[in-house]
Amino acid sequence: MKVFLDLFIEFFQIGLFAVGGGPATIPFLMDIPDRHTWYTRADVVNMLAVSESTPGPIGINMATYAGFSAAGVPGGIVATFSLVLPSLIVIILVAKILEKFSTNPYVKSAFSGIRPLVTGLIATAVYSIFQTALFTAEDGSFQILIPSAVLCVILFALMNVKKLKKIHPFFWMVAGAAAGIIFKM
Amino acid sequence: MKELIQLYLAFFRIGGLTFGGGLTMLPMLKHELVEKKGWVTEDDLLDYYAVGQCTPGIIAVNVSTFVGYKRKGIPGAVFSTLGMISPSLVIISVIAAFLKQFMDYPAVVHATAGIKAVVCALMLNTVITMGKKTLVNRISVFICIAGFLLAMFTPVPSVLLVIVSGLTGIILYKAGKLQP
Repeated sequence: MKVFLDLFIEFFQIGLFAVGGGPATIPFLMDIPDRHTWYTRADVVNMLAVSESTPGPIGINMATYAGFSAAGVPGGIVATFSLVLPSLIVIILVAKILEKFSTNPYVKSAFSGIRPLVTGLIATAVYSIFQTALFTAEDGSFQILIPSAVLCVILFALMNVKKLKKIHPFFWMVAGAAAGIIFKM
Repeated sequence: MKELIQLYLAFFRIGGLTFGGGLTMLPMLKHELVEKKGWVTEDDLLDYYAVGQCTPGIIAVNVSTFVGYKRKGIPGAVFSTLGMISPSLVIISVIAAFLKQFMDYPAVVHATAGIKAVVCALMLNTVITMGKKTLVNRISVFICIAGFLLAMFTPVPSVLLVIVSGLTGIILYKAGKLQP
């Protein structure tokens, strides 16, 4: 039973203090092996690789994996629930406050200042994913991965064909996975 | 109850069908919530992301909680969040239990490389649409580029960038240069 309490304490803390999403949880996950024997630091690297290759938010995947290593399926559930509980509470409070002030000109003008910034922040995510997916060789050196780059360009062009705009993004991912396997990308 | 289940299912699909973290989920959120359901606008999504960046926790979860709360209050927030995390719980548990060597299968590595190329194209598409909507004048272009450079090449935390650009918005409004 104690392991569940420990999982709750560890992951509630991560949920409460990791600001900046999934990547921000990694340093916390790296600290856990100092206090518990659930997994080793080296395991975190494999957990991250699996989390990036499976659907779902990376932070949630990591928490499920770490919790599972500690105490099986119930451990994964406890870790994940503990991780999202602070978000639920904080976001509900923030949403309540913002609702009250949603017509306030200061709040509205603050958000009009923030929206272009968020576009810039999304652009950083685009930059990073381009770098890792198209321009980094297996050994970590810079290299243009031609099959990936070609696939990306073709898909981008197809996505902007008027008739194909409504296609569910998952369809493109299935196509990309198939292309990856066929061309051994 | 019906709408709560709809929320759960919508976020289950988003969580179960996207690869990568919070920001790479944006194309899927846009498709499901803006285009298909019409529950939120693109501006709303950007606002939720802004809040999700500054508040603790996983950004994808923060955004789902926010959308769920807006639709159906606290129960909506709970159902959306549960929907978002359910696929991960199932998939990761199966892999951790039976496929410990998951990353050693060449097919997984190749498929992942292909999916990443797709995510590149999807994200590029999304950032262009968002740019067209949000970069409406010189100041907004400046905020976007400055934010990109600072977040990319300096250790300035994005929370601070959100606060500064929010204040910029307020100052511009005060100076009469912005209509909120």
